[in-house]
Amino acid sequence: MKPPPFEYVAAHSVEEALDVLVTHGWDAKVLAGGQSLIPTLNFRLAAPAILVDLNPVSELAFIEANGMLRIGAMTRQRTLERDETIARLAPLITAAMPHVAHPQIRTRGTIGGSLAHCDPAAELPAVCLALDATLVARSQRGERAIPARDFFFGLFSTALEPDELLTEIRIPPMPPNTRYAFREVARRHGDFALAGVALTLQLDEAGRIRAPRVALFGVHDAALLSESAMRLLDGAAPSEALVREAAEAVAHDIEPSSDIHASAAYRTHLAKVLTARALRDALGDALGHATE
Amino acid sequence: MQKLSIEVTVNGTTYRRDVEPRLLLSDFLRHELGLTGTHVGCEHGVCGACTILLDGEPVRSCLMLAVQANGHTITTVEGVAPNETDLHPLQQAFRETHALQCGYCTPGFLMSLLPFVETHPNPTDDEIREALAGNLCRCTGYQHIVEAVKLACRLMHAPQDA
Ligand SMILES: Cc1cc2nc3c(=O)[nH]c(=O)nc-3n(C[C@H](O)[C@H](O)[C@H](O)COP(=O)(O)OP(=O)(O)OC[C@H]3O[C@@H](n4cnc5c(N)ncnc54)[C@H](O)[C@@H]3O)c2cc1C
Ligand code: FES
Ligand code: FES
Repeated sequence: MKPPPFEYVAAHSVEEALDVLVTHGWDAKVLAGGQSLIPTLNFRLAAPAILVDLNPVSELAFIEANGMLRIGAMTRQRTLERDETIARLAPLITAAMPHVAHPQIRTRGTIGGSLAHCDPAAELPAVCLALDATLVARSQRGERAIPARDFFFGLFSTALEPDELLTEIRIPPMPPNTRYAFREVARRHGDFALAGVALTLQLDEAGRIRAPRVALFGVHDAALLSESAMRLLDGAAPSEALVREAAEAVAHDIEPSSDIHASAAYRTHLAKVLTARALRDALGDALGHATE
Repeated sequence: MQKLSIEVTVNGTTYRRDVEPRLLLSDFLRHELGLTGTHVGCEHGVCGACTILLDGEPVRSCLMLAVQANGHTITTVEGVAPNETDLHPLQQAFRETHALQCGYCTPGFLMSLLPFVETHPNPTDDEIREALAGNLCRCTGYQHIVEAVKLACRLMHAPQDA
């Protein structure tokens, strides 16, 4: 339960960190909040030769709103939870944060670490999918902007190359009439979710649903958008029948696994029920009572 | 073997030590500084027994490297009581409501709850349970810990001249 030996470098700038990654490649690991990486080291599931600590890199800890909302990769989860700019411009993040582990973990854990780690049950990857976020990666080869939907590959696997750092997350402004909702089921408050959903949608002048983004987590090898549900919702008039149909449809897109916490069948059931509830939360008054 | 020189202020005392990078902060506090009040249960962030305050905020000391504490200020359970004889109101409340049995989890609960009781004059049961959720106790069943938090909040936020 103690980490294997490694060399430690405290980086003070992105450039310094990238230097180490270029020199050491796969032998190097980036240390952000450490709330997933240190347990992995303590269990000896990983044995990197060198750790590059990003904590002293102050240029990566920021929240800026200038048309686009920009969040630095080293922004602490606890800061996201409490920040007023985030609450105003991306309230879906504020709604999700209390579900990400416990306050003691969020004090250290970062947004970049959660996204780069890509745990299938993590909230933030799904939130980024629902918000149509862009993830910015930097290496000595340059910078690239990766849409969230192309970033999360699978179990602990992302589009990041070994010489790349995730530097920031960009979130486009929410158009007026955007609705959002967040729902999850976990065994205890703060535990990883058994299943969850984060979604956004818009209502046009005629009251029809536009640009729905239904992101699920805990029910696949990584967070994913349910294209089946989104196809049904896009352009449709809100109704209870539509909510039920869309909730049923998510089952086509997910492949949950069974473990000691829940069976695959139960996770599928949760995904449907939570999608229906989240759609009702988001649609609210627009749903009316006509069909019930 | 790489050794790094660090300077850490713990409970008001500044310590300088040369440490191996892989030394966990929890082990630094216990083995290097002899502050064994910080307990170690799981070493993967789940139990909360190792919780300390880092610059005033609760963190898991088993999920930090000692080298990362360089230049920071730490409070451990040894630094909670105001002096040798008196207890902090939160400790007093734990004692009065029987919020501990074996006591293994207690330092972690105290350190997690300190910022909470300071900022919550009158918390609801739900708020208290959420604040406790990151700490495990295998003895008490939590009921008395919830009571202790209520009492501590009353003690700490009582009107001064009453
Ligand atoms: C008890 C417990 C419960 C938890 N519960 C939840 C939960 O319910 N939901 C949830 O989402 N998470 C949960 N977590 C995980 C927590 O949110 C972590 O903080 C998060 O997964 C990783 O973020 P970090 O900043 O700590 O990253 P680290 O642990 O430092 O790093 C994680 C991985 O990402 C890489 N990495 C980090 N930053 C970058 C970067 N900028 N560029 C490239 N690579 C990078 C690292 O090399 C490492 O491989 C829990 C953790 C614990 C210990
Ligand atoms: S020993 Fe650190 S959380 Fe259990
Ligand atoms: S009092 Fe024994 S574990 Fe909590």
